[in-house]
Amino acid sequence: MPEITREEVAHLADLARIELSDAELDHLAPQLAVILDSIKSISDVAAQDVPPTSHALPLTNVFRADVVRPGLTAAEALAGAPVVEQQRFSVPRILGES
Amino acid sequence: MSNLTRRTAAELADLLAAGETTSVEITSAHLDRITAVDAQVHAFLHVDTEGALAAAGAADQRRAAGSVSSTLDGVPIAVKDILVTKGLPTTCGSRILQGWVPPYDATVVSRLKAAGLPILGKTNMDEFAMGSSTEHSAYGPTHNPWDLDRIPGGSGGGSAAAVAAFEAPMAIGTDTGGSIRQPGAVTGTVGVKPTFGGVSRYGLVALANSLDQAGPVTRTILDAALLHEVVGGHDPLDSTSIDQRLPSLVDAARQGSSGDMSGVRIGVVKELGGEGYQTGVGERFEESVALLVGAGAEVVEVSCPHFVHALAAYYLILPSEASSNLAKFDAMRYGLRVLPEGVEAPSAEEVMRATRDAGFGDEVKRRIILGTYALSSGYYDAYYGQAQKVRTLISRDFEAAFGQVDVLVSPTAPTTAFRIGEKVDDPVSMYLNDIATIPANLAGVPGLSVPNGLAAEDGLPTGFQVLAPAMADDRLYRVGSALESLLVQQWGGPLLAQAPSLVSEGASA
Repeated sequence: MPEITREEVAHLADLARIELSDAELDHLAPQLAVILDSIKSISDVAAQDVPPTSHALPLTNVFRADVVRPGLTAAEALAGAPVVEQQRFSVPRILGES
Repeated sequence: MSNLTRRTAAELADLLAAGETTSVEITSAHLDRITAVDAQVHAFLHVDTEGALAAAGAADQRRAAGSVSSTLDGVPIAVKDILVTKGLPTTCGSRILQGWVPPYDATVVSRLKAAGLPILGKTNMDEFAMGSSTEHSAYGPTHNPWDLDRIPGGSGGGSAAAVAAFEAPMAIGTDTGGSIRQPGAVTGTVGVKPTFGGVSRYGLVALANSLDQAGPVTRTILDAALLHEVVGGHDPLDSTSIDQRLPSLVDAARQGSSGDMSGVRIGVVKELGGEGYQTGVGERFEESVALLVGAGAEVVEVSCPHFVHALAAYYLILPSEASSNLAKFDAMRYGLRVLPEGVEAPSAEEVMRATRDAGFGDEVKRRIILGTYALSSGYYDAYYGQAQKVRTLISRDFEAAFGQVDVLVSPTAPTTAFRIGEKVDDPVSMYLNDIATIPANLAGVPGLSVPNGLAAEDGLPTGFQVLAPAMADDRLYRVGSALESLLVQQWGGPLLAQAPSLVSEGASA
């Protein structure tokens, strides 16, 4: 199993959309290395032919009749939004400046 | 009427039925107790005095009109802050949801309301249920009523402490890797993790959706059974909810309370004990097993060889699911929005990064990053894929074991409550607290923790875990109730009678 480096942790935080400060990276990166070390034994446990389990109990598709039923009103759905404008979620710009 | 807070939920229901007290009296007594002790315990993040009293008043009116909604109509309850409650703040112990008021109720909450239980408030927890000490709450730790310098377990430490400190007769918890059962063990209370799919997850803010399960937190097995029957059963709003009737849990608890265990086959899990388990935990466990043998149970040792890998599998599966589930906290539709410093006209992505840094605590960041790593290409097969295979092997271990015995037993947690601050920056040692409870979540089987004494070396509570096959939750109640009644007989009263009172002599509440 590969070690996890400070740079990798910074990259993963970036993928997970978390801005980590240098101090946080110093704090978290060694801890993550220790956690990974403690779980690395897992790679030798199961043989090729063992099927993976994603859910403990078998899942089946659940259907219901296609009938309208009450949901949240627009006001309820927007009630927790950081910023609302014209009955919509107002978000920061999503495109670059160029 | 004095000492209403010391009564079990079943006793309160009987008093209400006999017309000897009212829901307003009971609810007020608990609200007073919260006022008296919660500054020390910090079990609650939000107390809904007005709402609870209004619901209690309505319960009393129903009773006067002869139309009670359920056996527990009028008996108040506390709810872990991970279940959404319409009109009541829901934070999941996180800064990112500070002040959020959900526009709808979780199914568990709507069932509590329909059954007439006044909701006292929302209980403290590790942020997004990540932890086993409640120290990872953004709003400060909860303190163990047995020793205020110690942790109450986690993630549902608030629910367990509220019940142990007599601030609520019952509470709802959630258990992803032991978050109901381990707090139960270290606070001397009862906790039940139902079969996965046995209680609806609709409105339960997901940590790891293939593992999370809500369940009862109480002081007695009978109370847990009563509550389980109120909140359990099929819910069309949760696609993983099991479309079958619950077995009769209250009947099983009553049957068990006779203490007769003849004909019951019990397996002691060899891998969940011995090295790494505190001496007093082991001693109380042996003693409990001997009591069950004395009551007629047939006890054998059972080996579940893959349980030793459960912790590693869990710490790959859980972070993977969590990193995906927590992606929804993006600062756009609800919750915190933080603008990055020194950036003019920041982009949505920059706002998202700054918000998630400010809104999530260390443990959440650790697990999101770990999950992102485990799911990234190149590592997926070695980590997540392997963990899923180990999950299969653990389920097979359970299947083989339940071919030989009716229930499996072990200590619930390897140690008694440790000191606040002792493990907070040592994640691996923190993770070990769940070593005995995790296998049940991975396999979806039900588990229960019942208090089984105090460790000789520190005088703190220990817990006894019972595990049963999926959908055989009734077996937990039968065996748990038998052990409880044998032990209470031995102690001459409930274990919690030995806990500190938390208020000075002569003070009210």
